[in-house]
Amino acid sequence: MTEQTKEALRTDEWTINMGPHHPATHGVLRVELTTDGEIVSKARPSLGYLHRGMEKIGERVTWGQFMPFTDRVDYLAGMNCNCTYAWAVEKLAKIEVPERAEWIRVLVCELNRISSHLVGWGSFCADMGAFTPFVYAIREREWVNDLFEMLCGQRLTYNYARIGGVSHDLPPGFLGKVKEFCDYFEPLIDEYNNLITYNKILVHRLKHLAVISGEDAIEWGLAGPNLRGSGVSFDVRKDDPYSVYPKLDFKVVVGHADRGTLGDCFDRYLCRIDEMRESVKIIRQVVAQIPDGPVRAKVPRVFKPPAGECYFRAENPRGEHGYFLISDGGTNAYRMKIRTGSYMAMNIFEKVSRGLMISDIPALIGSFDIILPETDR
Amino acid sequence: MSQDPAKPKTKPIKSNIFDIVPAPKELPKNVLQKNFERVRGTCAGGEGFVQVGIADLFINWCRKSSLWYLFYATACCGIELMQGGASKYDFDRFGAVFRATPRQADMLLVCGTISHKMAERVQRLYHQMPEPKWVVAIGACTITGGPFYKDSYCVVKGVDLILPKVDVYVPGCPPRPEAFIEGIMNLQKLIMQTKNFGGQKA
Amino acid sequence: MKPLTAQEIFEKLKGKFGAAVVELQAEGFNPPFVVVAPGSIQAIGRFLKEDPELLFGSLMCTSGVDYKDKFAVAYHLHSMKLGHKIGIKAFLPHDNPSIPTVDVVWKAAIYQERETYDLVGIVFEGSCDPNRILLPDDWEGHPLRKDYKYPEQYHGIKI
Repeated sequence: MTEQTKEALRTDEWTINMGPHHPATHGVLRVELTTDGEIVSKARPSLGYLHRGMEKIGERVTWGQFMPFTDRVDYLAGMNCNCTYAWAVEKLAKIEVPERAEWIRVLVCELNRISSHLVGWGSFCADMGAFTPFVYAIREREWVNDLFEMLCGQRLTYNYARIGGVSHDLPPGFLGKVKEFCDYFEPLIDEYNNLITYNKILVHRLKHLAVISGEDAIEWGLAGPNLRGSGVSFDVRKDDPYSVYPKLDFKVVVGHADRGTLGDCFDRYLCRIDEMRESVKIIRQVVAQIPDGPVRAKVPRVFKPPAGECYFRAENPRGEHGYFLISDGGTNAYRMKIRTGSYMAMNIFEKVSRGLMISDIPALIGSFDIILPETDR
Repeated sequence: MSQDPAKPKTKPIKSNIFDIVPAPKELPKNVLQKNFERVRGTCAGGEGFVQVGIADLFINWCRKSSLWYLFYATACCGIELMQGGASKYDFDRFGAVFRATPRQADMLLVCGTISHKMAERVQRLYHQMPEPKWVVAIGACTITGGPFYKDSYCVVKGVDLILPKVDVYVPGCPPRPEAFIEGIMNLQKLIMQTKNFGGQKA
Repeated sequence: MKPLTAQEIFEKLKGKFGAAVVELQAEGFNPPFVVVAPGSIQAIGRFLKEDPELLFGSLMCTSGVDYKDKFAVAYHLHSMKLGHKIGIKAFLPHDNPSIPTVDVVWKAAIYQERETYDLVGIVFEGSCDPNRILLPDDWEGHPLRKDYKYPEQYHGIKI
């Protein structure tokens, strides 16, 4: 090739924009991709397209009035977010929650974990190009939606937990239906594994992709299945337990380099599938052991927790969900900080996406299972 | 001749159509011209000598039966949109399939809260959609800002502040997929009333 | 190695850093907070992460707080190996609050500090990415401050 040809054929990097409206970004996420042909040299996420000012709202409404907003922080895990906020306020105000309410909270949290992982799994496969698992996931999710509708009347944003307990008791026949759902759903996890998980195309696309080591995962603040997929055995339910989790027997699902390297996308994906299995196990134990009793503690109508500061965290489907609450003795929070798992997943995104192909970017976003309202609040 | 009570008086049957239908005042001789005058009074606009009644019906039927929606899901209502598109509630039986690109979409189902950072992008998506297009505002957040109306500093209080027109509003937080379907059916009724060749709009 | 109590951690830090460690806020604070001087936050952070009896490898949460007469940055730390938790707080003056960044110690601080700058207005000196993150780049003001007034409109859209 002559010098002139080389000069005429020089390559440049190209900046393209992915999002905020994009079918594979799980919401309104914008990624500024700088690519050299097909290979991404820089992928900088741009957040804030769903920023709604939740933390400021928390300062302007009363403690009890903030409960419906917690649903909207992570709408796929509404029960988990409700319960985390309730636990945080109860820790701040040192309120004793009745036993039955705690068991009910764990039951609904685990049901919601299953439905959240189903959507994560379904939309991840849809991003890969396999649309059938998405339709199956939504179909199974309808079962959980029906259960929640029987319980509290809502399919998505439940507002079920209250400070001091839950809003109302389980309706008659609910536990029987939950058991029916467990019996129906457990064999389906294996069926779906046979359908898609060990499919050659999916495995080839995901193995060795975006490997995050255990030390990096801790350092960059990852949590939940993203952290456990890198081999770190840390689950808030086991290592920093709350509610009735110490009485339950379940395994912490950790990535084990099933097909590729430890900490790649495939490990994170498998963590979620196996976590659904563990959730079914927990639900069966709760249904067998739930005691009778009241479901709500006596909390004054005008609720004013004593002045103080408190940090509480729980294991949400997307990782560690934490509330840092500051109370000045008034009816509203003085400061409320919500720490979410998806936000920290975006933290490591730029580092991990260097050197990937453009078509690996949706795979990476899907393997982190982010949800934008949690990222943006 | 006296009348027999057993036999009622009957009029002789005439073959002229105007014995059944009241005749207009000034009557053209030609039968086709007669029918045209009768139909033109009920038809759109009446500009020119073109019968457009059936064409309107046909075009509107085609459009309402194949409303492709843009897969625009910002927040919680987006999940109900996905549930609606899947097998239990199935928008596809209304002809509504989702398209990822606005260039191929007829209908913009605005699902989810619009923040100020996102507002300009929604406008751009709307303008990228080719005509004819319709906008359905789904959920309380797109109608008035929803639960974020009073206390949030960065939520647009209703998508009609940023888009030129909104055809149907579907309230709820989030609305059930059945409510989505009612919204789409209302939009279909609206489309059937559209006059495509001039005349009074529905 | 066993988990330490907040008092023991405070005493260890006081022994190493002396006057930079101001006080322990224990009553009404869960987890308790060790109040430190802002200037030494990087050195204290490194010590907390690397000392074999502390090993605080995980920065759970960074929050900026507006206490009306002063600002504060609160860090919540957790040790996965030893299982103890502590909070570190640094008080900042009300005009021009700024503090050295800890993203050289814990990379989790990068996005957390960006959010604190965006919403509360605390400047993190030496940060590798000192930009707004959640609000648009041309937004004026920092909403989580107590004296923040909601603007009338943004780009012509009524707020």
